[in-house]
Amino acid sequence: MSELLEVDNLSKRFGGFVALDNISLTVPAGERLGLIGPNGSGKSTLVNCICGTLRNEQGSVSFDGRPIDGMPAHKRTHLGLARSFQLPRPFPSLTLIDNVRIPRLYTVETRGAHRTTEEIDEHCHGLLREVGLEAKARQRPRDLTQVEMRKLELARAMAAEPKLLIADEAMAGLTHSEIEDILALLVRLNEKGVTVILIEHIMSAVMSFSRRLVVLVSGRMIADGKPDEVMRNPEVERAYLG
Amino acid sequence: MIFSFDLLINAIVSGILIGGFYAAMASGVSLSFGILDIVNIAHPAFIILGSYAAYTINHAFGLDPILASIAMLPAFYILGAGIYQVYYVAFEKRGQESLRGLAFFFGLLFITEVSLVLYFGVDYRDVTASYIGPTWHLGDIDVPLRIAVPCLVSLLLIAALQLLLGRTFIGRAIMAVAQDQLALRLMAVDPIRIKRTAFAISIATASLAGAFLIIIQPVEPSVGRDYIGRIFAICVLGGMGSLPGTVIASMLIGVVESLTSTFYGPSWAPAVSFGFLLLTLAIRPAGLLGR
Amino acid sequence: MRTLPFLVISLVIAGLVFAGALAIGNEYIFFAGYVVLQYIVLSTAWNILGGYCGYVNFGTGAFFAVGAYSTVAIYNLFGKNELPHVMPMPVLMLIGGVVSGIVGFGMGYLTLRLRGAFFSIATLALAVVLETLIVNWDFVGGSRGAYILRPETVPLLGSYVRYLFLVMLLLAVASLVIARLIERSRLGFGMTTIRDDELAAEASGVPTLRVKLIATTISGTLMGMAGAPFPYYIGYLQPDSTFALDYAINAIAMPLIGGTSTWVGPLIGAVLLDSLQQLITVTISSAVNLLIVGCLLVAFVILAPNGIVGLFHKFSQRKADDPVGRRHVSLDQPGPVPAAGSAPESPP
Repeated sequence: MSELLEVDNLSKRFGGFVALDNISLTVPAGERLGLIGPNGSGKSTLVNCICGTLRNEQGSVSFDGRPIDGMPAHKRTHLGLARSFQLPRPFPSLTLIDNVRIPRLYTVETRGAHRTTEEIDEHCHGLLREVGLEAKARQRPRDLTQVEMRKLELARAMAAEPKLLIADEAMAGLTHSEIEDILALLVRLNEKGVTVILIEHIMSAVMSFSRRLVVLVSGRMIADGKPDEVMRNPEVERAYLG
Repeated sequence: MIFSFDLLINAIVSGILIGGFYAAMASGVSLSFGILDIVNIAHPAFIILGSYAAYTINHAFGLDPILASIAMLPAFYILGAGIYQVYYVAFEKRGQESLRGLAFFFGLLFITEVSLVLYFGVDYRDVTASYIGPTWHLGDIDVPLRIAVPCLVSLLLIAALQLLLGRTFIGRAIMAVAQDQLALRLMAVDPIRIKRTAFAISIATASLAGAFLIIIQPVEPSVGRDYIGRIFAICVLGGMGSLPGTVIASMLIGVVESLTSTFYGPSWAPAVSFGFLLLTLAIRPAGLLGR
Repeated sequence: MRTLPFLVISLVIAGLVFAGALAIGNEYIFFAGYVVLQYIVLSTAWNILGGYCGYVNFGTGAFFAVGAYSTVAIYNLFGKNELPHVMPMPVLMLIGGVVSGIVGFGMGYLTLRLRGAFFSIATLALAVVLETLIVNWDFVGGSRGAYILRPETVPLLGSYVRYLFLVMLLLAVASLVIARLIERSRLGFGMTTIRDDELAAEASGVPTLRVKLIATTISGTLMGMAGAPFPYYIGYLQPDSTFALDYAINAIAMPLIGGTSTWVGPLIGAVLLDSLQQLITVTISSAVNLLIVGCLLVAFVILAPNGIVGLFHKFSQRKADDPVGRRHVSLDQPGPVPAAGSAPESPP
């Protein structure tokens, strides 16, 4: 299997504070990777560096065989790297359907698909349907609950038809059945060929979804392997149980 | 272009002295923009307001303009607090500060300037004080007192501000509010109150800066516009909120302006600070001592 | 309405406006109307970058001046009598626009990677740098200013001012059509996302730098085109800071008062505000005029952030919610349905 994502010795500092310390990670295409770690361990920083929102001082990132260091975030999204934000960032001036339409218009359509307005519309409705928000398609994000905004985040990331989707704590605050829904959605995506990195605190979700688990503590990667083995790792136990 | 060592030295000294004064003007913006992230482009208008306040008191009571401006500090403080309150309720709370907040301050700039024109007219005004006029001669170097005194007091002001920010609770709270509002809240300190205090202090500095300005040069309402770019250039070049950086940047710009004016003519001087600004933004937006 | 019918209708309206002005016959109409049209162009141009993208440009005066001084430079190059024959106004406009567009692109390239606040401050800086350059450039008159001799008459129309009016009228139509076209296109969508949340826009695949550069260039070009005929209109051109900032505040106040989210806002703002300003300048004084502009700007920005267009929407929505004859069923609590006419007002 070819490596879809390669992170090589990535480090990131904020002034004197070392947020990420020599992280190396490879993610083959089709993987279901779980990324866990205590709060402040650097998970979101890692995502930001991979996706181009932040610039890492050291190390490099390659996606689909190409080095993407220094590439602006929107280009990375074009290449097929999509993410949802931990704190949802919807576009308040646009309706839900338009929120989802933007990534489509700016990524998929530029790749030469050139569908008609109706087809794009249909596709966007479909995406909203998958996350259960179709009824609110013409509403604005301010009318949504926190939970619904998270689902919108996911729908927006999916709209870019990514090869790799990073879901950053998309399930916080969801009910059990809602978590099941999102997990089923991610599994469906994965079966269609999308590689998924799931960042979560909800252990049941992570354990049931991931085929591989990576643990980050204080900016360093302390474990990388099969979920069961990783959870039995004494260092991981210590990080979680103190 | 006649090059003489005398001319050069005097230009540099003059630049340093003016730079000291620039620092006072820019200190307010260092607080409001550098630390609080509020783009108060009306600051020069408040400085001019300070100049006119000093002028009025100086002419009515014969009081030294710098002392007059100190007497006006409470009034300017209250003005600053009031403006921040409006700014907070109308913009910061709603998340509209980028477009509408800027427009708000731009509007204030105009309102202040035109009100001064309507009340005082467009004639140049100046003040009288014992140090306006005499010049010390140290060898070949001329030190006009009307620039040297404000420069000195300005540096005292900056030192006082630095002490305030570094050593007092309020000062450290101000530095903290820029970085972590949540932490402040957890300490039962209202971040809005802290920001209001900081902004009020920033406007209060305009009172003093205004007195310095009218001591150094005659003032009429639109003079403030010349200083908008200078002030922000200094703030950015100095590293956005670093007071020592502000002083260094002020003197740097003062010296370059002075040299340009002496050797190339005064009509090129305004472009210097702005040129600096554009260069800094393009090359090193964090400034000389940036965080 | 698609763009072509809109263009046709706008041209028809413009034709009617021009015919109406001719019918009134008073030269003053053309002089005053020129300024209104000029501000329609300036505020529409400003709004493309400011209202749509959320980036505030304080340098409207600079771009306007670039256009004006391009004309002056060419005038001095060719000599006063030759110019109208060698280079008609539309060509001068294009040249002014191109030069201004290049300036806009250059400035954007230097500063658009930074936060909006820095961009705005940089535009202030640019205005002063440009002014200093012009003041020191003797070829265009430097600080002494530049005189432009206006041709006396123009065949068919009569006075030269009528010709300027017509040209500016067409430019106004063009700028409104362009603004509306952008607003409804994918580009306009992208601009909205940049205004809303630039980080999220980038992550969604919007090439934010490119979009902003396009907006800055178009905006600068239109402003330069509005400035190109100005030397002919005014006769004597003098560079000083009054010039720059007064244009800046108008170009900001008009869209903010009219409404920044659509092309209609700047149009309304320009017509209303400039007419008001001309009235006040003539009846009271030009200083009071600026005071009123400042006060209106501050008032609208605090109380009616979406401008006149926004107020209109709110008003018409309230009318739509008027519950005469409608019943409201509350799903949470069973009980009597509130009587028609007493429905709660929806939150803004």
